[in-house]
Amino acid sequence: MQHYTMNLTLKVWRQKNSKSKGHFESYQVKNISSEMSFLEMIDVLNEELIAEGKDPIAFDHDCREGICGMCSMYINGRPHGPWEQNTTCQLHMRAYKDGDTIVIEPWRANAFPVIKDLMVDRSAFDRIIQAGGYISVNTGNAVDANAIPIEKQKADDAFMAAACIGCGACVAACKNSSAMLFTSAKVSQLSLLPQGDPERKTRVLNMVAQMDKEGFGACTNTGACEAVCPKGISLSNIARMNAEYFSASLVAQ
Amino acid sequence: MTWKQVFTSSIGKKIVMALTGIFLILFLIVHVGINAMVFADLNLPLWPFDSNENGAIFNKAAHYMGSTVLIRILEIGLFAGFFLHIIQGLVLEFDNRKKRGSENYAVSIGNKGSKWYSRSMGLLGTLLLIFLIIHWYHFWLPGREIMHHEALTPVTYDGIEMHNMYALMEYTFKSPLVVLIYVLACVSLAYHLLHGFQSAFRTIGVSNNKWMGLVNSIGIGYSVIVPLLFALMPIAMHFGWVSS
Ligand code: SF4
Ligand code: FES
Repeated sequence: MQHYTMNLTLKVWRQKNSKSKGHFESYQVKNISSEMSFLEMIDVLNEELIAEGKDPIAFDHDCREGICGMCSMYINGRPHGPWEQNTTCQLHMRAYKDGDTIVIEPWRANAFPVIKDLMVDRSAFDRIIQAGGYISVNTGNAVDANAIPIEKQKADDAFMAAACIGCGACVAACKNSSAMLFTSAKVSQLSLLPQGDPERKTRVLNMVAQMDKEGFGACTNTGACEAVCPKGISLSNIARMNAEYFSASLVAQ
Repeated sequence: MTWKQVFTSSIGKKIVMALTGIFLILFLIVHVGINAMVFADLNLPLWPFDSNENGAIFNKAAHYMGSTVLIRILEIGLFAGFFLHIIQGLVLEFDNRKKRGSENYAVSIGNKGSKWYSRSMGLLGTLLLIFLIIHWYHFWLPGREIMHHEALTPVTYDGIEMHNMYALMEYTFKSPLVVLIYVLACVSLAYHLLHGFQSAFRTIGVSNNKWMGLVNSIGIGYSVIVPLLFALMPIAMHFGWVSS
């Protein structure tokens, strides 16, 4: 594709801290290269803001290669911007043309309070993982990884669920602010494998209890989460978790 | 984990919605089947039924439903199903709305990835609840003699006296406004089912794509056929397609 440059209008959510009320601020950015990533474009703007002695826009990012799940921007009405199965850091400016206006907002959910500007606190996800998103192993000699046979299909399904990077776009897109896609991916990834089997029941019960406690909403299967998920996590994980939860809840004391 | 926790957690609430929803879906099959007997009186050439029976087939079926003890006991279950589905639905809707927080998005996500009707189950359900009250007022209350209705006269077949529900339908659907309300309710029902049918099966844990494909197809068929048959009843009566 031909390289080109563009001038853009950005409307960015600015908010001092979790207590203060935020507002939109408009910025003009000039000579943006079509080869830049979206975050590089924000970097350019931030350099200018710093040079002018202003407060740069706070945003989350880490790997910038689509694997850590830190970047979290709600761009023109869609988490992670317009591209399918893509993270904000992997969005490139060739998605836009000269003169475009881009509205950038933080994830909005009670369970993800804004820390500053576009940064939100996603530690609720960590606490869901702590509640059961692990397997317990005995210490001692490491067991050979291939000692337990695993059905190919199950291994593949578990692997696909394990692709979740915990970015929270599913929550951001959901009208109910539900964390079911995330939680179900984490539950599926472990419960499909023999290593996850011993703690299968307590895992799903504890993780869902923590999810509810954190203030995420209840899933109504609208499918918005699956549509925006950068890793293509499937809605069928939610159905799997529902089944796991139902059977576990009937036998739990 | 107590029974209360089982049914009040986020997934538990959905399971209540799904199980009562599937129960109501089954009920609608019975309801539409019995009511479709009014079409026996269609004025069509080559129609295999006698179109001059004044709804006898339908009246007898309605009488059977109203006078059989087992069915009356099942009716209590039906009311419980309606009650749970409505209350839990309202609780879910209001709870979920609170989860977004004080600030909403300036640019809404809209239809990117989800259908408007899947996001509007609370609204569609509320419209159906309003319709349900009107519908009870029109037919169920007079039929069970909880409320007197002068258009509901007795009729006798083979020496058995029963309500002429067919005549009550004809009387009720004389009003174009009532017909319009019923047709709009059927449209709401169609969209409610279009999401609700498949969603219920996902909620009770159908994750297998092969089965989900089947559920989706049956769901679409059901959501179109059942509301369409229901909508045709007031229309057919209003325009005199069935005789009296
Ligand atoms: S399920 Fe998808 S959208 Fe949700 S946290 Fe995981 S990767 Fe992000
Ligand atoms: S910064 Fe790591 S996924 Fe975007």
